[in-house]
Amino acid sequence: MALEVIGFTAPALALFLLFVVWPILRAVQFSVYRWKGFGPLVDFVGLQNYLAVLRNEVFTDALMHNLIIVVLSIVVQLPLGLAIALLLNRRMRGQGMLRTIIFVPYVLAEVIAGVVWFQLLQPQYGVVDNLTEAVGLSGPEQGWLGTPGLALYTVLAVLTWKYLGLAVLLFLAGLQGVPEELSEAAQIDGASWWQTQRRITIPLLGPTIRMWAFLSMIGSLQLFDMVWILTGGGPANATTTMATFLVNEGTKRQNYGIAAAASVVLFVVALVLALLYQRFILSRDNDASDAREVR
Amino acid sequence: MKNTRTLSLVATGSLALTLAACGGGGDTGGGSDSGGEAAGGASTLTWWHNSNTGEGKDYYDQVARDFEAANEGVTVEVSAMQHEDMLTKLDAAFQAGDAPDVYMERGGGELADHVEAGLTKDLSDEAGETIEKLGGNVAGFQVDGQTYALPFSMGVVGFWYNTEKFEEAGITEAPETWAQMYDAIDTLKQAGIDPISVGAGDKWPAAHYWYQFALRSCSQEVLEGAVTSLDFSDPCFVEAGEATQQLVDAEPFNRGFLSTPAQTGPTSASGLLATGKVAMEMQGHWEPGVMQGLTEDGEGLGDKLGWFPFPAMDGGAGDPAAQLGGGDAWAVSADAPDAAVDFAEYLLSDEVQKGFAELDMGLPTNPTASEFVGDPALGSLLEVRDGAPYVQLYFDTAFGQSVGGAMNDAIALMFADQASPQEIVDATQQAADAEG
Repeated sequence: MALEVIGFTAPALALFLLFVVWPILRAVQFSVYRWKGFGPLVDFVGLQNYLAVLRNEVFTDALMHNLIIVVLSIVVQLPLGLAIALLLNRRMRGQGMLRTIIFVPYVLAEVIAGVVWFQLLQPQYGVVDNLTEAVGLSGPEQGWLGTPGLALYTVLAVLTWKYLGLAVLLFLAGLQGVPEELSEAAQIDGASWWQTQRRITIPLLGPTIRMWAFLSMIGSLQLFDMVWILTGGGPANATTTMATFLVNEGTKRQNYGIAAAASVVLFVVALVLALLYQRFILSRDNDASDAREVR
Repeated sequence: MKNTRTLSLVATGSLALTLAACGGGGDTGGGSDSGGEAAGGASTLTWWHNSNTGEGKDYYDQVARDFEAANEGVTVEVSAMQHEDMLTKLDAAFQAGDAPDVYMERGGGELADHVEAGLTKDLSDEAGETIEKLGGNVAGFQVDGQTYALPFSMGVVGFWYNTEKFEEAGITEAPETWAQMYDAIDTLKQAGIDPISVGAGDKWPAAHYWYQFALRSCSQEVLEGAVTSLDFSDPCFVEAGEATQQLVDAEPFNRGFLSTPAQTGPTSASGLLATGKVAMEMQGHWEPGVMQGLTEDGEGLGDKLGWFPFPAMDGGAGDPAAQLGGGDAWAVSADAPDAAVDFAEYLLSDEVQKGFAELDMGLPTNPTASEFVGDPALGSLLEVRDGAPYVQLYFDTAFGQSVGGAMNDAIALMFADQASPQEIVDATQQAADAEG
């Protein structure tokens, strides 16, 4: 029995150690040295890199941007995703096609989606600006991605377009688990469609929603690719995230110690938020499932 | 159950860490597996270059074969890569202690770092003759008086312009002073032409303006001092920022310049010039080649392309003829076989540089090859380069990526109206002080 356990978990465990635990330890090691990316690690600086990161306004702004994206992603995508999922859950013509259309952006590679949107959002020559001009409005002077006050929200809009499909897909899957008898019973009792959704379907969808929100939060904290392609963190650092900050400090400026310190901070932030979420929000679902397992 | 779940949380949270930690391999072993000195005089050289398309690639393949034919037993393994890819791979190779035998260096702080880490071979003695022939061009590739790389292409930064657009607006002569330049900007605007494109999204094209103004406002001594002592207290650096601010305030740039990339795609800064959407762009000597790649017919602006140097500024302690520029040089890694130095020298020979010039692959540094540069716009650039009292290496290269990156970021902020002249100096000084 013990042998079987070891046999079955060994490959996964080896990968976990090699690609998760080892990099974490290395990052922690790098974070206490000043190191340019080559040569031996000799210049020990203690916690100085952490101080430099936490005092750096660009980093604290980046953390702020991450948190804004965490909150707004959930606030925008949750009602939108729920509404679409509930509508698509009804029998109607073209249901399959609609589901596909909503899910396609999620299947697209992030880089490809990013490049496409970058072109669409080009100031003056892009499709979006041409459309706004065609209806008599004019786009922002520096473009949607070039105006510091707008860039983060433009990125957020693209992210919503990209990830709404996942929310809808998960919610639709969750809806399959809601027994039809319940809504039938409610209808017999004279509940309207809206009342049925609000009092029965959505509460029963709770575990799915909470799990989706968790995935969304972790994804938002680690956000990198879409920002890197659309704005590279600019203009004027208006869209930097913790991940773009550490890549910029690391591979661009070769301050690997600072980058490693930033990555450790990102790790701690993500871990703490994940544990808090687990403790206070997911715990209900977990207790319920644990209870079921015991039975 | 509970434990595995916590573990998986750790796993998701830590994905980000691998981003930074993937640059592993802290110890430089120098264990090049590129063949090195094999028995019997036979050796294999690895050579990385960035002429990865068309005639340039074919030419370099031929050069490698010619060298093999002349040196029995030597094999040259050529890797032609896209420029950015090559830089990324070089960084990784240095980290792994496995650099190619012959590769490209850009001089300045980056080269000094490589020298300090013992990655690059001192060529002063072995390639003495070639170094002598290259004259002042090698200045940017010396550390403590020793030469570590052989520059094969050196250019200067100036304004590339569309002669047709200038005519359309009624501008007959290229501006020589900033007063004339501001007139030209106004005239172009009145004619409904966007005067200048700048790829401020990539930061360095914006930063080049500040560099150029610093070159005009600071004396050579101050600039040289700044490179070695990293001291930016001279007021001329603030003056450079004021001049840059004045230009930004005149709003000469393309719409959306804050997010415009330098040279990727037809709506990049180079693309806008190549497709006739703006009248000019300030760029390095690579511009004609870049523009050719951004137009359907592969011609760029063709014979409508003109070039003039950065205009002179009133006052300022700088020499008005000094130029901002830089170039690429062939370096040999520390543990490369002897034939690698011969090969690097061969790449700078009259014969190879002549072919290099004829194909417009760059601006040859071997004086015997200058006359073979075909493009007239590049010809005028070459004249200015050779007439300059000195060519100042791009500041970000000269100061190294850490200080240079902070400097570029601060200058880019000025283009977004978010940094004052003093703040640029402060941010740069702060990064320099952190270097220690």
